[in-house]
Amino acid sequence: MPEQHKDYLGDKFGMWLFLFTEILLFGGLFLLYAIFLHRYPAEFHQGGLELSRVFGAANTVVLITSSFTVALAISALQQGRRGLCQALLAATIVLAGVFMVNKYFEWSTKIAHGIYPGSSEMAQSGGTNIFFGLYYVMTGAHGLHVVIGATVLAFCMLRIAQGRVTAEDFGLLENGGLYWHLVDLVWIFLFPLFYLIS
Amino acid sequence: MPSPGETVPFLDPLPGRSGLTSWIFSTDHKRIGMLYLWCILTMFAVGVVIGVLMRLELIAPGRTIMGAQTYNAMFTLHGVVMIFLFVIPGIPAAFGNILLPLQIGAEDVSFPRLNIFSWWLYLTGAVLAVTSLFTGGGPPDTGWTFYVPFSERTTTNVSLAVVAVFILGFSSILTGLNFITTIHRLRAPKMSWGKLPLFVWSLYATAWIQLLATPVLGVTVALVFIERLLGIGLFDPAKGGDPLLYQHLFWIYSHPAVYIMIVPAMGVVSDIIPAFARKSIFGYKAIAVSSLAIAFAGSLVWAHHMFTSGMSDTAVLVFSFLTFVVAIPSAVKVFNWVATLYKGSIHLEPPLLFALGFIFLFSAGGLTGLVLGSAGTDIHVHDTYFVVAHFHYVIFGGTGFGLFAAMHFWFPKIFGRMYDRKLANASWYLLVGGFNMLYFPMFLIGLMGMPRRYYDYLPMYQTGHIISTVGSWVLVAGLVTMFWGLSKCLRGPRTVGRNPWGAATLEWTLPSPPPHLTFLDPPDEVPSPYSYAGVKRDA
Repeated sequence: MPEQHKDYLGDKFGMWLFLFTEILLFGGLFLLYAIFLHRYPAEFHQGGLELSRVFGAANTVVLITSSFTVALAISALQQGRRGLCQALLAATIVLAGVFMVNKYFEWSTKIAHGIYPGSSEMAQSGGTNIFFGLYYVMTGAHGLHVVIGATVLAFCMLRIAQGRVTAEDFGLLENGGLYWHLVDLVWIFLFPLFYLIS
Repeated sequence: MPSPGETVPFLDPLPGRSGLTSWIFSTDHKRIGMLYLWCILTMFAVGVVIGVLMRLELIAPGRTIMGAQTYNAMFTLHGVVMIFLFVIPGIPAAFGNILLPLQIGAEDVSFPRLNIFSWWLYLTGAVLAVTSLFTGGGPPDTGWTFYVPFSERTTTNVSLAVVAVFILGFSSILTGLNFITTIHRLRAPKMSWGKLPLFVWSLYATAWIQLLATPVLGVTVALVFIERLLGIGLFDPAKGGDPLLYQHLFWIYSHPAVYIMIVPAMGVVSDIIPAFARKSIFGYKAIAVSSLAIAFAGSLVWAHHMFTSGMSDTAVLVFSFLTFVVAIPSAVKVFNWVATLYKGSIHLEPPLLFALGFIFLFSAGGLTGLVLGSAGTDIHVHDTYFVVAHFHYVIFGGTGFGLFAAMHFWFPKIFGRMYDRKLANASWYLLVGGFNMLYFPMFLIGLMGMPRRYYDYLPMYQTGHIISTVGSWVLVAGLVTMFWGLSKCLRGPRTVGRNPWGAATLEWTLPSPPPHLTFLDPPDEVPSPYSYAGVKRDA
């Protein structure tokens, strides 16, 4: 009987350790950001003006809302309201989709304006190149995490539908939710660093 | 009535479940450990062959058996294979997997499926690393450190190699995560922290380094990949980037990784020495705490690899000081091992011989590390053969001999058979002799100025190179003897009892080899791991 071996605290502990490694992975990038900001303050200021605050703010709202829905989904499952939980998870995944679509338009606008790696626009000065280089790398890495997080939540939905994740045994969903909050948290730092830096 | 899983040795198939799939999809920590063991030994063989070929090339100045570009690829691969595929996963992933749950009285690790997944990641990384040799623009020629800007510009297959390193890093993180959770959550109820075997303590410290340092390497090599693919230029001075930042990020992982390599070997030695001195370990707490101290202090010294890279003098001074600090917990261990041997009732069996080899060679490597850690002398010996000798003394003399000691110590437990002790002893003499002959001359030619990674050299260094190359042949003879002595006994009846050495940790209370399922119920009594009163040998 596998149930008998469930170690709820152990699973949570392992998840927190994993989240720690994710923070360190982004930490390396934030470190690069800090050093280059120190080196090229004027170019970072100028670069920040190029980015659309409306898009960025909209995406921030979208992600924070999605964190809220995923938290509600966990509470709903714990209260045994499976249908509500599934609906809230679906809403979270939709919000993730909205975020990525926004991101797509944002990136494609930038690229249309000639801001992409190797373009003459980006090669104006070293600082500008670095600002947009970091922008693409860091928001790209974050976007990848959004996709992974949405996949994890979709997997949770499948497990709930199968009855493998239930009101009594909700560890998987809780861990999926934790991951989603991390994705949100990273964005909370990325948004001011790129969009509000000017 | 016990189930077959509780009686059938884990090396033998269970009824209805046999063949390759019962291994490569197994979630049993012992079988996963064995998978790692075979893989790392294969990779070790590859690394040794490359190393011997390089030594052969260097026997005379100028071209001997290969061209300069081939030589560059060879030393890159020797580094990548030995570091990422052999030494880092070596003791923790192979012996840690097999022994950690047994030593703490647990049924398995916390996340068994994650455990086999990390092995699959390891295998994927290994296959990609080997594939990078034969595809793309030829084998990578950057050295295992992938220093920019060269690694971004060379046309060789660096991209695939860094992807392999990224995946291997993922594997390492998941193993570390698994071990930390296991040690916190799955110790037998009576297995308090003060009763953990020192090998477990060393795995615990190692797992934290794996967890905390590897993600930074992951993102760094990922950046090299992205820069090669898209040309963003974060590390490229022509595009506003800074190559020094690459070195910082690379060494933030790769220096602590040195302790991922050595700390588990220290744990092995800490378990072996008291068992063959028939005497409780001297300074249990000091050894346990020093593992954590090494893990902590070792995370703060990375920039000592960069004294000549153009850092400020203040940074050089601080990192030089911190580097000396790491020597303290390392020396604490050495003194405690020697104190354990003092007035012990010593049984000079092969595991103890290898452990003593470890102490001697590691001490030589560690002390020469101080020469390198001191900024003034480092300027003179930086990137010379002195460095090559230093890290081979630490990593091969330390971790390698630690692994050999572990193989001879736990071989009877894993296989239920005893190896040929005469061959094991003979191989030890060949290995220690060959090792010193191979690497000691490198200290001397290094001090004379022979640069590392050079394909060619001035005639003044030739004597050193000849001695060194001949030493490599002796060393290989030792390796062949050792593996022959171990493997010739792999067939035949299993005759070894539960506890051939009379050791006191929990794995020796199990049959040899242990059955598929162990410690379904945690052990009632957990003795002190190094208290030998009343422990009977069962050969």
